[in-house]
Amino acid sequence: MGDTITVLGLESSCDDTGAAVVACAPGAPPQILSNIVAAQGDLHAAFGGVVPEIAARAHVEALDHCVEAALEAADRGLADLDAVAVTAGPGLIGGVMAGVMCAKGIAAGAGLPLIGVNHLAGHALTPRLTDGLAFPYLMLLVSGGHCQFLAVRGVEDFARLGGTIDDAPGEAFDKTARLLGLAQPGGPAVERAAEGGDAGRFAFPRPLLDRPGCDMSFSGLKTALLRACDAAVDARGGLTEEDRADLCAGFQAAVADVLAEKTRRALAAFAAMTGATGPLAVAGGVAANRTLRAALTAVAETAGARFVAPPAALCTDNAAMIAWAGIERYRLGHRDGMDLTARPRWPLDTAAPAQLGGGKKGAKA
Amino acid sequence: MRPPAGAAKLRLVTDCTATLALATPDETTALGRRLAPQLRPGDTLLLDGPIGAGKSHFARAVIDARLRAMGRREDIPSPTYTLVQTYEAGDVTLIHADLYRLAGPDDAAELGLEDAWDAAICLIEWPDRLGSDAPAGALHLRLSLRPDGGRDAQLTGPADRWRAVLSDLTTAGAVDA
Repeated sequence: MGDTITVLGLESSCDDTGAAVVACAPGAPPQILSNIVAAQGDLHAAFGGVVPEIAARAHVEALDHCVEAALEAADRGLADLDAVAVTAGPGLIGGVMAGVMCAKGIAAGAGLPLIGVNHLAGHALTPRLTDGLAFPYLMLLVSGGHCQFLAVRGVEDFARLGGTIDDAPGEAFDKTARLLGLAQPGGPAVERAAEGGDAGRFAFPRPLLDRPGCDMSFSGLKTALLRACDAAVDARGGLTEEDRADLCAGFQAAVADVLAEKTRRALAAFAAMTGATGPLAVAGGVAANRTLRAALTAVAETAGARFVAPPAALCTDNAAMIAWAGIERYRLGHRDGMDLTARPRWPLDTAAPAQLGGGKKGAKA
Repeated sequence: MRPPAGAAKLRLVTDCTATLALATPDETTALGRRLAPQLRPGDTLLLDGPIGAGKSHFARAVIDARLRAMGRREDIPSPTYTLVQTYEAGDVTLIHADLYRLAGPDDAAELGLEDAWDAAICLIEWPDRLGSDAPAGALHLRLSLRPDGGRDAQLTGPADRWRAVLSDLTTAGAVDA
């Protein structure tokens, strides 16, 4: 194997628990040898719940199974590994702690180096795993409750150019689905319902487009949608399929317009910062929505920037990205000790001002 | 916050209520900012209301005001996916939770909220998931949508803790016992 680096990655910071083995040989593209995700949702479906697994002990149990399955699928033993990487934050503290404890146990038992990884860095570095992107690149990172533009300049060098000041787009889609009685997750449901809808019938706002910068806001769209929905119900005594299609299409068009315009600005800000025209990498559910993807692709094309969207399985929470981020940090000589702690809050860019709804007038520590 | 065991049966719970009309999101923000400095560890706000009523908006205003008072500004992301977000404002821990995705009180217990009731300031969205586990001394804020696009805010809580606070929030002092 020579200088091949093989890392086991663990991820348990949100609803899903995962383990993966990724190997990287010099001069060759990295290889995902295994990528196991145990969706807690499946576990709970048997009990009729839609609940995330919040108990740390359930993560611990799932982690054990995932690690075994990941090593077996990769045909590797602990002795073949160079390090264990684990999500150390941000996320729900019980899950993160379970992952960190499990990784510490493996590292101590097998005599392996331990590497703590920021969950968001895992997402942000994924285009290097899947498409071999070189630094720098612009990342539109959309994961769960997160939505931000990052200039990715190095393994540990992220500059936030802007982000949502309230809800993330995925959340806006989920809540729109809830309001309109569509299934969860809301992204695919709203997209399906929007097919054939008239995006121009309802006038939805384009929040923050009138303000400079790359910050976004999607929470106000809920209120606009509620009002439009109520008006439609009042007019016809109920919500017709056509109304719902028009509402979904209008909502989706508003999100697409905001994302596209803010991405255009982010590409300009990125060029001013780095002198580079893209590439633009998009991770998360937005890349799976055809309308949003088309809007973003068009923006990149107009700017002359390459457009990269990693496959969906590597955009949602997964452990392969953690193993890969672990390899990246390992190559830089980074090692964590047994004092590695779980961090519920862990911004990637600690220099950027906070995104707040009330303007940016206040004092900053 | 709980009365001594022997007194429990005799305690007469007297609630006080204040009702406010909030015409714009800014007025919801203002309400949160006025309430924020009056909160102390052990206080819980139960934020009720339909989706889009402004529960998160209100919680953000409270958290932002407490952080600003310490000279700090931080992201206040939605807790819908992470369930709980915690903030440290000086010596005080603020907990912002969205229980929508939970099935019931057993799940809420797993979040460790019981330990937080006495020690932190808790802002809880979708508190119906707590069932009877909601702290007795909590202030209940119900936000409802008006046809004109504004919101009505009804605040209800035990008078011994909240009467003075609610009087302060309503300039006219319209707090019913």
